[in-house]
Amino acid sequence: MIADSAKILLMGFGNPGRVDDGLGPALATAVENLRIPGVTVDCDYQLMLEDAAEAAKHDVVVYADADTKGTGLYSFRRLHPVSSMSFSTHSLRPAAVLGLAHQLFGSTVKGYMLGIRGFEFNEYREALSPKAQESLAAAIEFIEPVLRTASFDEAAARWPDVCEADKNTDKVLRPVNEVEICKMEKR
Amino acid sequence: MVATNGTQRIVIEPVTRVEGHGKVTILLDENKKIKQVRLHIVEFRGFERFIQGRPYWEVPVLVQRLCGICPVSHHLAAAKAMDRIVGGEKLTPTAEKMRRLMHYGQTFQSHALHFFHLCSPDLLFGFDADPAIRNVIGVAAKYPDLAVQGVMMRKYGQEVIKCTAGKKIHGTGAIPGGINKNLTIAERDFLLKDLDQMIEWSRGALKIAKDYTVENLEKVAPFGSFDSNHLSLIREDGAMDLYHGNLRAIDAQGKKIFDQVDYQGYTDYIAEEVRSWSYMKFPFMKQVGPEDGWYRVGPLARVNACDFIDTPEAEAARKEFMAVTDNKPNNITMAYHWTRMIELLHSIEKIKELLNDKDLQGTDLVVKGDRRGEAVGLIEAPRGTLFHHYKVNDKDQVTMANLIVSTTNNNEPMNRAVTKVAEDHLSGVEITEGLLNHVEVAIRAYDPCLSCATHAMGQMPLSIQLLDHEGNVLDSRSKG
Repeated sequence: MIADSAKILLMGFGNPGRVDDGLGPALATAVENLRIPGVTVDCDYQLMLEDAAEAAKHDVVVYADADTKGTGLYSFRRLHPVSSMSFSTHSLRPAAVLGLAHQLFGSTVKGYMLGIRGFEFNEYREALSPKAQESLAAAIEFIEPVLRTASFDEAAARWPDVCEADKNTDKVLRPVNEVEICKMEKR
Repeated sequence: MVATNGTQRIVIEPVTRVEGHGKVTILLDENKKIKQVRLHIVEFRGFERFIQGRPYWEVPVLVQRLCGICPVSHHLAAAKAMDRIVGGEKLTPTAEKMRRLMHYGQTFQSHALHFFHLCSPDLLFGFDADPAIRNVIGVAAKYPDLAVQGVMMRKYGQEVIKCTAGKKIHGTGAIPGGINKNLTIAERDFLLKDLDQMIEWSRGALKIAKDYTVENLEKVAPFGSFDSNHLSLIREDGAMDLYHGNLRAIDAQGKKIFDQVDYQGYTDYIAEEVRSWSYMKFPFMKQVGPEDGWYRVGPLARVNACDFIDTPEAEAARKEFMAVTDNKPNNITMAYHWTRMIELLHSIEKIKELLNDKDLQGTDLVVKGDRRGEAVGLIEAPRGTLFHHYKVNDKDQVTMANLIVSTTNNNEPMNRAVTKVAEDHLSGVEITEGLLNHVEVAIRAYDPCLSCATHAMGQMPLSIQLLDHEGNVLDSRSKG
């Protein structure tokens, strides 16, 4: 159980100019408008190195991003810090940001991933698709009480922890089916 | 996944919904010698449509959606074009200096990110090092002070951007004909607080890049290197200027191909060649032709092309750099890192100069003049020259947009670099991860922008495929 007084950061990320990729920032805007005590809200196109320094200032960080897969409208999973590096992409995955927060700043921040189901990504349009708007509404309804009561682990219990292939992105020649097995085992 | 030719075949296809991914294809002949190497960067070609019909004043904000890596560069290039559309290209001192501060903040954070996050693992651990440690976490473990510096420098640059452009996603700092805010005293003092530390760390980063290059010159000099032309903006007096100037192009020996060209007429000088195997175009200088008229852009090109740098420490570093090649252009691909750190120091020197300039607290923010229907905005983005070209009708709607981004300008050089590395290191030998990383190292030197902002969970923007002489995939790897 996380203390009610925990310092919480909600970080939405994505590109609002790419249709449903804007789900993360849209959720951040909605949560900001709720003005929940103890919750700081931020958003950006993608996660970067300095987000580790920001995460390290908090007890809990919730990352919100569009999800391309999944059967539900949203998912909420516990993240575990990992060491991962993107190749020439300049961005970091949430679990890697946590890893840096722990390693560089001695933080014990806990991380969670709110994945919001998106459907359209392949064009430039600054509007969510109708189906993504449904996902967004459901995700807001879900996350508000979680943030207000700091009941993160309880909320995440419905879903398996994030089992990212990230852990091994730097281990080369990794067969795709191995990644899939990892995901299936977790489910 | 199917094994072919007795070799395990492992294929991880790029996630197709993500535009802007890159793919290197290495084709071997029957003797496992390199036959062909190609770097494909798949761009998303819908931006022009997205912009068309939108009012011109929205464009500087809309173009930030093009790239989450360097939104400020697109923001400023578009704003410069729209300045001309409203006849306001002669900005007030406050507006121009605020934009410059924003731009140097962007360059500072971008160069710091690239050096500490992407490039330093290769330099500190070696190209062949265990990939488990050859990453930013490995740097954090072995060189924690350096890793923290990288994060804090990046954060500082972002703070400069926040103070000048506003919110990260919805920043609206630059507007047609000017800027929408000045720098408050509180913002100035906030940025001045950590400035000396940033300068000190920049000196340190420059030293690492310089020492690495000089101490390993024998190894890095031929690595992915070749003679090339170089293109960049240049100030009227020949100084490096990342925000504004005219175009200069030089050849591999330093001879000027053209100089002080007004970029409003860039189409008279630059053309883009289409090749059937690539979505991304290949720009070249018209007067030289497509065969030999391609050029490099970015830090290496800028340091090579300028006559001097107008900040003292960066100028001293430039002279030291140019001395390595007897003041001739340096065509060493890995020298991009050294020049990037010269620009890092230059950027923080410029930030210091600007923060101490009272014009930033001025209140005259916007100018307007005679309306135009067509304009070009050009800026030296962190990774190279960035062109924005627009036409606007009398209803204020954009009717045409053409962009040549930095990575497109470096398309041919990057292809040559990966080909050279593959021929020198991969031909006729058993391909190992360390050797494949050599290809990545060559690409990384250019700091290309592969992922153009769309990055929902599940992205995978770069893959390398090794094909046998029949086109079968022998090996492949992906990262992103």
